[in-house]
Amino acid sequence: MNSAQIEIQLIASLVAIACAIPGTFLVLRKMALITDAISHSILPGIVIGFFITQDLSSPLLIIFAAISGVLTVVLVEFIQKTGLVKEDTAIGLVFPALFSIGVILIGQNANDIHLDIDVVLLGELAFAPFDRLLWGTTDLGPKSLWIIGSILIITLTLLLTFYKELKLSTFDIGLSAALGFSPAVMHYGLMTVASITTVGAFDAVGAILVIALMITPSASAYLLTKDLKKMLVLSIIFGVASAIIGYWIAHGLDTSISGSMTSVLGVIFFIIYLFAPEKGYFSVRYRRKQQRLEVSLLTFLVHLQNHEDDETERHVQHLNEHINWQQVRSKSVLELALKNNMIVIHNDSITLTKKGKSFTKKAIDYIVTDKDAKIEAMKDRFFLFRG
Amino acid sequence: MNITEYITLLFTDYTLRTITLGTAILGAICGMLGSFAVLRKQSLLGDAISHAALPGIAIAFLITGTKDNTLLLIGALVSGLIGAFWIRGITRNTHLKSDTALGLILSLFFGFGMLLLTYIQKQPNANQAGLEDYLFGQAATLLLNDVWLMAIVTAICLVILLLFWKELKMLLFDEEYTKTLGFNTRFLDILITTFIVVAIVMGLQTVGVVLMSAMLLAPAAAARQWTNSLGVMVILAAIFGAVSGTIGTAISASHNHLSTGPVIVLIAAVFVLVSFIFSPSRGLLFREIRFRKNRTDLELHKTLSFMFSIANAHEDIAHPHAIKILNNFQGYTKRTLQQLELKNYVTIQGNMWSLTPLGYKTAANLYNQLITTNE
Repeated sequence: MNSAQIEIQLIASLVAIACAIPGTFLVLRKMALITDAISHSILPGIVIGFFITQDLSSPLLIIFAAISGVLTVVLVEFIQKTGLVKEDTAIGLVFPALFSIGVILIGQNANDIHLDIDVVLLGELAFAPFDRLLWGTTDLGPKSLWIIGSILIITLTLLLTFYKELKLSTFDIGLSAALGFSPAVMHYGLMTVASITTVGAFDAVGAILVIALMITPSASAYLLTKDLKKMLVLSIIFGVASAIIGYWIAHGLDTSISGSMTSVLGVIFFIIYLFAPEKGYFSVRYRRKQQRLEVSLLTFLVHLQNHEDDETERHVQHLNEHINWQQVRSKSVLELALKNNMIVIHNDSITLTKKGKSFTKKAIDYIVTDKDAKIEAMKDRFFLFRG
Repeated sequence: MNITEYITLLFTDYTLRTITLGTAILGAICGMLGSFAVLRKQSLLGDAISHAALPGIAIAFLITGTKDNTLLLIGALVSGLIGAFWIRGITRNTHLKSDTALGLILSLFFGFGMLLLTYIQKQPNANQAGLEDYLFGQAATLLLNDVWLMAIVTAICLVILLLFWKELKMLLFDEEYTKTLGFNTRFLDILITTFIVVAIVMGLQTVGVVLMSAMLLAPAAAARQWTNSLGVMVILAAIFGAVSGTIGTAISASHNHLSTGPVIVLIAAVFVLVSFIFSPSRGLLFREIRFRKNRTDLELHKTLSFMFSIANAHEDIAHPHAIKILNNFQGYTKRTLQQLELKNYVTIQGNMWSLTPLGYKTAANLYNQLITTNE
């Protein structure tokens, strides 16, 4: 590993961390797509900034881009407030228009502008180490490292200072307003941080990876935990992991670093989406199946209870047609009830045991008094075997 | 180049005619299907799907090694569909919200697509050039065959839309009710999503991945402002889309360095802007005018009822009073007084005003109504 490689990985990791922090809050606030809008609509800001400064690496460019990012947010909110269209439509209308203006501006001046749209979308992380910050003759390291480093420090300071307020306004906007924290200040503060991060990051990694780095690590972390602190830490870990693994894959295949980082993020998300212990695809599927079976069991037991005196109603064969279940389903319900000692089968007719009776009685009690939530706890007490 | 020259060129030049036809048809189908996306609050689905189509194009190229348009579009269609249905899966099976799901699919698929594209660029295959055109679209590459394909797909969409018109309309406005009536909402949902994916894939070549969502949204959002009827909205959106396609092509064809896609999107954005401001029933301009008119009306009535209460205290209704006693708080301004005079409710002599019999009657009416509603 030479120093350029280390620097690239360092820049990528810092970008990942800087994106993960605002990204987590955006995902929690259901504003994930605003990053999509910002990352596209900063293009005209950059182009206009370039016309004025004639220097692609001028820090003024970042300011112009950040302004057009915030402008996007303001425009989207203005359109939304008119009530003419829904919020998502407002986002979808604003950023393509701004992006088109940027593309046209570049096209019109294609001859005297060294700004390639591909670079805007993809970034060129591989060249980042060659653009160095010089102090006199001393080499201070790559410029992007300094830019993203300072953005990260600002973001971290803001996060640590306003953690409480951010958390509060994210989860209970009404309470935070009542306690005197202006939700608008929090909102626009977060938007400004997101814009600046997007701008700073996209210089290095391109617009698309910025979106991926903001949304994917936090969405993956959100599937694993409900704790905000853990979620922040996890998303930072995922981001950094994708940066380092992605770099080496790109190195091996000789492809775009941002592309492979995004793909690694995709793999991480896919695995978590499928296998997350509580919120993952398989466990949700399994839980739903279990719940369906348990509801059936309850229906079945109540039915038995109702027909305590009627032998024919409690005949094994009869149940099938009576509750109108298919063969397999009634069989699994019957087995579950037997396993849990809720019923006994005698001469092909089913009788509730003492345990079954008290279970049914309690369940009906809860349902009638509208305390459905208590049934879950009750199930834990009665069930030895789950569906 | 002036307009007449352009129109003659339009009929004589093969390329220009093909492109104009292509963009017009594309605009029409996008407007039509976009109406459904906008009304179903799935506006950004288009954005996600168009980005998700990119890896499909790259994989189709990697497998076949040719740049046959139809094959690439089939690849795009498949990966767009996978993206669309994965979005549904994420929102259904996890607690992640739809905006997160859209952002995830959009960025992950697109990033993977870019990975494949850069990989392809390094391959020793001369054919690869031009795949990037799908990013921003290259209307100039449209061939007559592509236009035919678009026309046929549009016709099929139209027929199926008409066949399922009732059902789709009901699904849009009341999904639960549709379900209880026994319609297969899942099938209808899949049908409309598939159509949206098809429309997007058709547009990739012309407008490109990045701007495709605007083609879908803008005409529909503009049309929505002019009508409350679904049928009219779909037709209007199709017209807006077709017109922005035609005008956009014309502008970009008559200037150098103007890519067609962005110009079409900007024209469509102009349609949206104009509709937002000037639509008679919902537009911002008329809304503001109505708002002001209501406010002056209210103030006028306030002044009138104040005058009435003063006049009532005197035996002679027409007894003149000083204008000075009217104040802002009673909604008095010079203009309201002028209007009152214009309506013949008061007469003004110098610094004095007095109610006319007509004004007294109107005010009495108003006053009585106020009292009855207060009770």
